[in-house]
Amino acid sequence: MKGRTISPGTAEGEAIVSKEPIGFYGGIDAKTGRVIEKGHPLEGQSVTGKILVFPCGKGSTVGSYVIYGLKKNGVAPAAIVNKETETIVATGVILAGIPCVDGIDIDQIRSGERLRVKADEGLVEKI
Amino acid sequence: MELTKEQEAMLNGEQGEVVERSFRLLVRLGEIYGARNMIPVGSVQVAGVSYKSIGDPGLEFLEDYARLGAKVRVLTYLNPSGMDMKSWRSLGFPEDFAAKQMRIMRAFKKMGIVTTATCTPYLCGNLPRFGEHIAWSESSAVAFANSVIGARTNREGGPSALAAAICGVTPNYGLHLDENRKPQMVINVEAELRYGSDYGALGYQVGKLVKNKIPYFRGLKDADTDQLKALGAAMAASGAVALYHVEGLTPEASLVETKGLETVNISSKDLEETYAKLNTGKDPDIAVLGCPHASLKEIALLAGKLEGKRLKKPIWICTSRLVKQAADLMGYTKRIESAGGKVVADTCMVVSPLEDMGYKTTAVDSGKAANYLPGFCKQSVVFGNLDELIGRLER
Repeated sequence: MKGRTISPGTAEGEAIVSKEPIGFYGGIDAKTGRVIEKGHPLEGQSVTGKILVFPCGKGSTVGSYVIYGLKKNGVAPAAIVNKETETIVATGVILAGIPCVDGIDIDQIRSGERLRVKADEGLVEKI
Repeated sequence: MELTKEQEAMLNGEQGEVVERSFRLLVRLGEIYGARNMIPVGSVQVAGVSYKSIGDPGLEFLEDYARLGAKVRVLTYLNPSGMDMKSWRSLGFPEDFAAKQMRIMRAFKKMGIVTTATCTPYLCGNLPRFGEHIAWSESSAVAFANSVIGARTNREGGPSALAAAICGVTPNYGLHLDENRKPQMVINVEAELRYGSDYGALGYQVGKLVKNKIPYFRGLKDADTDQLKALGAAMAASGAVALYHVEGLTPEASLVETKGLETVNISSKDLEETYAKLNTGKDPDIAVLGCPHASLKEIALLAGKLEGKRLKKPIWICTSRLVKQAADLMGYTKRIESAGGKVVADTCMVVSPLEDMGYKTTAVDSGKAANYLPGFCKQSVVFGNLDELIGRLER
């Protein structure tokens, strides 16, 4: 699958897919990497070391800093794949240096599948 | 995007990690919004300063960037902080909040940012010229700079403004371009406006109506800069207005075309309805003025009105540190304090932890404050003009 480079880098890992948008501020705990938003499809799951796949971001702009915090605390996802990356997530992944690609048909990806993300080329591959 | 040699170098990491990430952020945002190139900025104003707004994630990010050697290249100011940086203790700001807020300010200072924290940088030393490109964050300052001064800025987020300050450039799109500065709706004001709160109510109503469009006002004959500040702030809060034109008053109004645009009339009755709508409370615990930060003229006006009075409830007027120093010098601060009020610097009610300081109902004369206080600070709001508010506090 070919999309657009948002933030460069390469990563491999297990996909964790949300059909719903993710608001990082109040949605994911920057200390543990767990989804804490009540009622979110991924509630209680950890995004650490995984390829986090979701359509787009939502909510407060402080979310950018939460993404940075996840990386700094060593609990960040290995990469992020979006349908469309809006500015909150784009800002967060670039500041944090997390590989990120958008413009991907995320309906093709299932949680648990192994993915390789070559963000420099905008590529997402199943392995 | 077309980049110069120096910009390529920034993107390739030749000027260090912080510059590379900052530049990469600007390039990506520019691509998302269709910018063709980068343009140098004359000044920057960074939002995301209050600990209440950015929390520990923001604090840690800023400290990391300061530690990594981030330095700004252009005059850079800050949005209001979560507290008065000098008198926080006597004003009742919580100790643990204060400690975090001071760490944030130290990180900004280390980056070379002027730590005067205000939503009105143009009133205290950060004043762009007509047509100058800038990267400002605070929505009311963006509206003022674009509209009243005729400078050019988009509404920047905290990190994108900081990146512009670190790189000295911003992506060239949106309100930096002539074609995006044309009015999209005419607002014909039939109501008589007198107080700042009248302009706040008008702005609140028009912001709801036009959302993120560019309004062109007719019928505002003699508004001063304080009133235009109140108007733009309310429109930026209830809508997302970043630029407005006023016939006969703002510099680009005579340069743009209004032919064929939809016209909406605003009557006195409309404003009365807006006043009623913004009043969600009855008996105020406190009145807070200075949203956006008060000018010296507004502080002098309040000092005059409070002369010889003794209020039963407190009144705060928020302003920048520099304007407060002038108010101290002129004896305005003392006169306001004698009546039971305070001149509060560096902060504002919207980003301060009012709800944790025991206040439940706040009286304001600002359309912007009336818009945000119920959500951000869990306050019931009494919205009225300055004379009404002072009357309420005397009883």
